Amino acid sequence: MRAREIRLAALEMISTSGASHVGSVFSSAEILATLYAGILNVRPSEPEWPDRDRFVMSKGHAAAGLYAALSLSGFFPHQRLEEFCIDGGSLPGHVTHHGIPGVDVSTGSLGHGLGLAVGFAAGARKLGADWHVYVLLSDGECDEGSTWEAALLAPAWMLSGLTVIIDYNKIQSLGRVDEVVPLEPFAAKWRSFGWQVDEVDGHSVESLRQRIDPVRWPSAGGPRCVIAHTIKGKGVSFMENDLLWHYRCPVGDEYDRAVAELEAEA
Amino acid sequence: MRTAFVEGLSELAAENPNIVLITGDLGFGVLADFRERFPDQFLNVGVAEQNLASVAAGLALTGHIVFAYSIGNFPTLRCLEQIRNDICYHRANVKIVTIGGGLAYGSLGMSHHATEDIAILRVLPEMMVVAPGDPVETRKLLPQIMAHDGPAYLRLGRAGECPIISPEATVELGKPTTVRSGSDLLLLTTGGMLPVAVGVADQLGKGGVSVRVASVHTLSPLNKSVIHSMLEAVPAIITCEEHSIYGGLGGCIAEVIAESDLNPTFRRFGLNGRFAQGVGSQQYLRAHNQIGHEALLDLARSLHAQATGFEPKPMRR
Repeated sequence: MRAREIRLAALEMISTSGASHVGSVFSSAEILATLYAGILNVRPSEPEWPDRDRFVMSKGHAAAGLYAALSLSGFFPHQRLEEFCIDGGSLPGHVTHHGIPGVDVSTGSLGHGLGLAVGFAAGARKLGADWHVYVLLSDGECDEGSTWEAALLAPAWMLSGLTVIIDYNKIQSLGRVDEVVPLEPFAAKWRSFGWQVDEVDGHSVESLRQRIDPVRWPSAGGPRCVIAHTIKGKGVSFMENDLLWHYRCPVGDEYDRAVAELEAEA
Repeated sequence: MRTAFVEGLSELAAENPNIVLITGDLGFGVLADFRERFPDQFLNVGVAEQNLASVAAGLALTGHIVFAYSIGNFPTLRCLEQIRNDICYHRANVKIVTIGGGLAYGSLGMSHHATEDIAILRVLPEMMVVAPGDPVETRKLLPQIMAHDGPAYLRLGRAGECPIISPEATVELGKPTTVRSGSDLLLLTTGGMLPVAVGVADQLGKGGVSVRVASVHTLSPLNKSVIHSMLEAVPAIITCEEHSIYGGLGGCIAEVIAESDLNPTFRRFGLNGRFAQGVGSQQYLRAHNQIGHEALLDLARSLHAQATGFEPKPMRR
């Protein structure tokens, strides 16, 4: 699976249905591609397999990207992506687990995912299970106090089976992160909370793999945090780094130009 | 009720290693024995109720039966959206257990008075809401709540309440427990108001008024057919709760009456949309806020008179 395929599928879904958040999907496309192409130990033919790794898409507004990744992984037919955000459809604009194979938890309200993931990881340890829990956060949801409640707890419980990935695209709903509520020094914050932290280029699948994969970058005994530096709207020149594309839906010529740019990508 | 809960949970936990008790850093002294006996089944997330709810949901989704314990408003109102999205939407097997229901923590003040929790939690889809009337009911309902595969809210009082219900009585989840029989007036109670209602019923009984008292411990899902049959058997009904009259037991019963063909004389007895006034114990605050024995006695007398035409000018409250 390639990030470009996720972007193209999600672009079509969003454009067709008049939905939002294309910029958020594009910033996280390589992260999702990395997770679903070799990191997550899941079985598309057996979505409820008890020993699967758990994935929490805490930034539930980038649902189109997740649905595309699941479809590309074989959890459900590609054609079902047409059911995104339309009347009578089956794929709502924020992630739901109801009726969607491969989704462990529903999200959409920010700041819930890390707590859920801590619960999963604590549950795994109590069961003696060795599956891993991955959670993808947005930078914006690091404004939520609940995120930091969970961030405090995971190292205290030494949850070595938990990995946080942060899509640090530096733009939230109403402006740039460093103008709204600055997160810097971001890595130092997580480190000071007791996390094993590293920063990577969030558009380099190889760099992501090196840090997300617990075999390549083993836990030193606690939870790991991978801060992925990304670009909002990555892959389409007129969307990149532009707040507008948090909400704006590409239509008509915009859609055609975006497709052309993505298809031209090497 | 608190003691009955902890003892009951210890029994259940001894038989079922999947039971986990998780607290938001409350339960000093109370949970010590449990923690000592079941170290692998006890967790403390610290003073963080949003996280308490989300972590509880995650634990439940890995196959555990999770009891999330704290005081009144903290694991309910503070983290309402986590309860709605993480627990209820996933039908996670989480039982939220609170102590301090109503004014049980009287002198601690407004922050510790849980007087809107029932109204708020009972509208959540999938959420079972249970407020036992005494320690016996608490003990008998606990295994039934545990056996219910899904979210539940168990609202308890404090420690040291007197048992009202006979240990031999049948207490069934979803079915009000009749504590006194009678046909002139029906007092429906929830939570810790049971002894107040029983006291009033016994006093009226001496004057020849036959009062039925039932503990409506299960507020959601409400067993409407059973409630309906109880309502149609009496001319006058009062709901009694240490809670706002809006949306709690009073609201539940008003909804049943409004959608029925019944037209009983009906009043809701509880906090009238205000925070409890004054400083003092539960007993003091009940009296001070007109939700104690005397106030209920007055209301019951006047309502009975009004329903039976016994007095020409019934006193209204």
